[in-house]
Amino acid sequence: MTDTRQTDTRRIVVTGLGATTPLGGDVASTWTALLAGKSGVRVLTEDWVETLPVHIAAKVAVEPEEVLSRQETKRNDRSQQFALVAAREAWAHAGAPEVDGERLGVVVASGIGGVLTLLSAYDTLKERGARRVMPLTVPMLMPNGPAAAVGLELGAKAGVHTPVSACASGAEAIAYAADMIRSGRADIVVAGGTEAAIHPLPLAGFAAMQALSTRNDEPERASRPYDKGRDGFVLGEGAGIVVLESAEHAERRGATIHGEVAGAGISSDGYHIAAPDPSGAGAVRAIRFALDNAGLSPQDVVHINAHATSTPAGDVAEAEAIRNAFGDATDGLCVSATKSMTGHLLGAAGAVESIATILALHHRLAPPTTNLEDPDDDVRLDVVGLEPRSLPDGPIAALNNSFGFGGHNVALAFRSVS
Amino acid sequence: MAKSEQEILEGLAEIVNEETGIPTGDVQPEKSFTDDLDIDSLSMMTIVVNAEEKFGVRIPDDDVKGLSTVGDAVSYIAKASA
Repeated sequence: MTDTRQTDTRRIVVTGLGATTPLGGDVASTWTALLAGKSGVRVLTEDWVETLPVHIAAKVAVEPEEVLSRQETKRNDRSQQFALVAAREAWAHAGAPEVDGERLGVVVASGIGGVLTLLSAYDTLKERGARRVMPLTVPMLMPNGPAAAVGLELGAKAGVHTPVSACASGAEAIAYAADMIRSGRADIVVAGGTEAAIHPLPLAGFAAMQALSTRNDEPERASRPYDKGRDGFVLGEGAGIVVLESAEHAERRGATIHGEVAGAGISSDGYHIAAPDPSGAGAVRAIRFALDNAGLSPQDVVHINAHATSTPAGDVAEAEAIRNAFGDATDGLCVSATKSMTGHLLGAAGAVESIATILALHHRLAPPTTNLEDPDDDVRLDVVGLEPRSLPDGPIAALNNSFGFGGHNVALAFRSVS
Repeated sequence: MAKSEQEILEGLAEIVNEETGIPTGDVQPEKSFTDDLDIDSLSMMTIVVNAEEKFGVRIPDDDVKGLSTVGDAVSYIAKASA
C-alpha cells in the first residue's frame, strides 16, 4: 500500500512566479513576449561600447528605478534590485503566505554577483580615494547579496543560500530549494537567480573567449540557437524567482498550484574550465538523474527548455546529450530555446527558463525559437520554430537544462498539475 | 563662505532623506540618529561620507561616535567649516 502521507510531504509544488527580464517587467509580459517571439536584444548606447567588439545586449525591459524606491536602488546592487522586484511579484503571486520564518528559506543565485558595484567602487577608489568608498560596498558586491536582500525582506530564517555555478546557478538554486523542502528544513523556499553584468569588463571578457555574438547591426537576429548562422550568445540581465512549497503545506493553506518540481539532476564534467565536454557525458548524467529523481520515464517528457545559448559548439553538444539521454523518446519531445528572445541571463537563466517551462506545461504551449531560419543539420532534435507549439493534454512533464562554465550541469524536471 | 547652521541642517536633512527615505522635515536638531531616526551604523557612515563631500569638511571616525543627535552633527560641521 502506498504511504500517501509520505508521498505528499515530498511533493514540491510551485505556488508563485516572479520575473523581470529583457522582455517584460513581470511574468505575464515576459510570457506574452515569449509566445510572440519578440527579441529583447538591443544596440547599447553607452559611450564605452565603441571600445568593444560587441555592441549589443539584452537589458531589462523595465528599469528597477521605476518600481523600487530611491533608497532601495541606492542601497542595493542592480542584481539585488532585480531579485527584489522578482521576489515581490512571486511572493504576491503565492498569496503572501503566512509562514513561520523558521520554516521559510531563500535560495537566490547569481553567476557573477555585484560586479557593477565592485567595478564602480574601484573607479571611485582610484579617482577619489578610499574615504569615498561607500560603507555598503561589500554587502552590495557579495554574490549572496541578492539572497540576503530577499531573505531579509521576507524574514526567512530556515537558511539563505547562494549556489554559484556560472550559467547553471539559477537552476541549481531551484534544485537546492527542492532539497531544502524534501529534507524537511523548510515548508516554503523562495528560489531563483539574478544577474546584472552588462558592463564593459564582463563583455570584454566574454568577447575575449569568443563566446559572444558580434551581429551588431542586427541585434534582434543575433541570438539564434540551433540556426546555422549562430555566432555566440548575447549577454542579458534580469531575474526569475519561484515560490516552492511542500504540497502538503500548499494544500493546507489552499494555495493555487501552478506546477510541480518533480526532480533535479546535477553533475559536473571534470573536463574543461569553459568548453563543453564533446561527449556530453556530464549533461546526459544530469538529465538521467533528473528523470530518476522525478520518477519519470523518457516517454513522459514532452518538452525541453534547452540551455541552447547560440554558441556553435554548445548547442550541438547539448542536442547530442539530449538524444543520448532520451534515446528513441527524443522524437516524442519538442525543444525550445528561449534565449533566442531573452539573450543569456547567466545566473538568472535557469530560473527564468524554469518559469517558461512551468508556464509551457500550464498553458500547454511551448514557446517559439526565434531566429531559427536555417536549422543546423547537426542538431537532431524537434526544435519548436518560429511559432509556439501545442503540448498534449493529460499529465505531462518537461525539462529545463542549464550548463555553466566550470563544467556544471543541472537538469530540472517539472510536472503539469491538473 | 561658511554656511549658517540652518543651511547645514537643511543640507544634512537632504542627505539623510536620500540615504534612508526619512522625510527632511523629521530631521530636526534634537533627534537622535539611532534612537529617533533608527539609522544603522552603515547608513550613518554613508551619511558622514556624503556630508564630508557636501560641506567640504573631514569628520574622523572617532568623532562620528560623538555625534548622537542631528544638532551635534550640525554644530560639528559648522565649527569644522568655519
